[in-house]
Amino acid sequence: MAGFDAKTLTKHGGLIALAVLLLINIAITPNFLQMQTLFVNISQVATIAIVAVGMTLVIATAGIDLSVGAVMAVAGALAPLIFLSDFAQAYPTLGLAASIIVPILVALLCGLFNGVLVAYLGVQPIIATLIFFISGRGIAQVLTNGNLQTFTHPGFSYLGTGKILGLPFQGWLVLLIAIVFWYIVNRTMYGRRILAVGGNENAARLTGTPVRRVKTGVYVISAGLSGIAGLIVVAINSASDAARIGNLMELDAIASAVVGGTLLMGGKAPIFGAVLGAVIIQLVKYTLLANGVADEVALIAKAGIIVLAVYVQQGRKE
Amino acid sequence: MLDQNTFDLRKYIQGNGQSMGVWIALVVMIVFGALRYDNFAGAYNISSFLNYNSMFIAIALGMCFVIMTGGIDLSVGSVVAFTSVCVAYLSPYGIQVALPGGILAGMAIGALNAFFVIAMRIPPFIATLATMLGAKGGALVISGRQTISVDWTSNFTKFGMNNVGGILPWSIIVVAILAVALWIVLEKTSIGRTVEAIGGGEDATKMMGLPVNRAKAFVYILSGGCAGLAGVILASGFGAGQPLEGVGWELSAIASVVVGGTLLTGGLGSVPATVAGALLLGLVFNILNFENGRGVISFSAYWQMVIRGLFLFVVILLQSRVSRVGAKQGA
Repeated sequence: MAGFDAKTLTKHGGLIALAVLLLINIAITPNFLQMQTLFVNISQVATIAIVAVGMTLVIATAGIDLSVGAVMAVAGALAPLIFLSDFAQAYPTLGLAASIIVPILVALLCGLFNGVLVAYLGVQPIIATLIFFISGRGIAQVLTNGNLQTFTHPGFSYLGTGKILGLPFQGWLVLLIAIVFWYIVNRTMYGRRILAVGGNENAARLTGTPVRRVKTGVYVISAGLSGIAGLIVVAINSASDAARIGNLMELDAIASAVVGGTLLMGGKAPIFGAVLGAVIIQLVKYTLLANGVADEVALIAKAGIIVLAVYVQQGRKE
Repeated sequence: MLDQNTFDLRKYIQGNGQSMGVWIALVVMIVFGALRYDNFAGAYNISSFLNYNSMFIAIALGMCFVIMTGGIDLSVGSVVAFTSVCVAYLSPYGIQVALPGGILAGMAIGALNAFFVIAMRIPPFIATLATMLGAKGGALVISGRQTISVDWTSNFTKFGMNNVGGILPWSIIVVAILAVALWIVLEKTSIGRTVEAIGGGEDATKMMGLPVNRAKAFVYILSGGCAGLAGVILASGFGAGQPLEGVGWELSAIASVVVGGTLLTGGLGSVPATVAGALLLGLVFNILNFENGRGVISFSAYWQMVIRGLFLFVVILLQSRVSRVGAKQGA
């Protein structure tokens, strides 16, 4: 740590931002240093972090996935439909399993759709995923007829309210997912191929990388993780509102990935960076909310953070 | 894989096929509607159809220019909502103040997009996604989360509600003038040619000494201004500034532009075909409404979003074939 110059700032920007945010909160936010605050933030950040891990993989291939929030809505709308059905009433265990597995499978299919459009039909990722960005939420609302589904289902709610060793279940899930994908990115052939495709697609193709399969894969993963996140949101709230599940999640996820050091032009996939980014985004939200800043002002603040994060990153690559 | 199929398609493109296709589809749908439904070709349906879709034509025109430079503007829907609230506050001063005011408010957000994209070199979709959030937040802040009623005593609502000869709404006349002006700008002026050149290759355009940054600033500010105009039409046509309107409108605009044959990779683009694309998408919804009315099918409002997505999907499928043929031609 020779000098505190611009380079240090961009390299450790995430950690510095986190430290600053924590200090600000300790100074101004009432009751910040309490276990309750930690629990609330862990249970809220989990969905952002899970989606951000998938987004990081997509961006590492120089793509983008705008459909994550809508896929969350589809999965989140499906789950209660299944475990509230007559079938699930008759066979509770099977019903619970189906209400977790089926939505995730449907999410994976959405990802396959995105992936095929991007990898096999050559559609730009922004446009390909824009289709689900809008129509996915529409599908979720058609499924539920736009109704709010509320429920009491201790088994399913465990996803969002359960605790292991005193910490929220979904916090552990984030840790597990991050470790698995860190391993995939850094220690497996598939991970190397993701980075190769993002680094230089033509070179990757010439060296025999199955570019199309690799690209399709990251969209499938991203959608699958979004599906899990959608289930968690529904479990936390004990209610499913297709209009609101995962709303604007794509922005949080992109921002987390970018803050965590993912380059938008691809070739890098810092998984734990994305989790750190998600923590920062969550903490910003929490800071604004806990200090009585209105939602709509928080929106504007978030927009500013995204622009700033990308801008700082532009400096890093030069 | 230059089989018979792609070979035919190439000739089809050379004959300006896709642009023709839009017009043919448009005519077919109008004939279909006129034969199938009693009131389809009536003055009321025509004028309300044109009035409502003038907003979508306006944002599609701006989007067309942005996409031609290889960019994208995801903020248009929020800008419509934001400006509709702004002009609701301006409405007591009459349309002569509110119209320029709304367009200027839209242009201001467009200028912000241009600043992010050009000066800060932030990728267009991130920059405009951020302003989408910001404009939405702005609309909610200045409206206090309420629908803002307009002043009915001034001439403001006449713009969005009155017709010329009972059939041509004022809004579509203004949008038509805009379309013609932009057509001329694109085809006959140096800035229009620069816009097309940027889509073909930004670095090459820069090396030719063309004013790349000025042209890019022009397209984003134009798109913001077009969305501002749509916001004026929204507020005066529905009598209120609506901070929550405009969700998903960017998708309609993008679909209209693409169905009009503008390549999403930039470069080729056409103003009249974009207008036709917007009309076509509008007609799809118009005909679905009539089908709903006959009770044959029943679509809830939620289906609208699904159909928009489907429409874009079909268009993209068609275009992905077109652009691959185009790429082969270039190679």
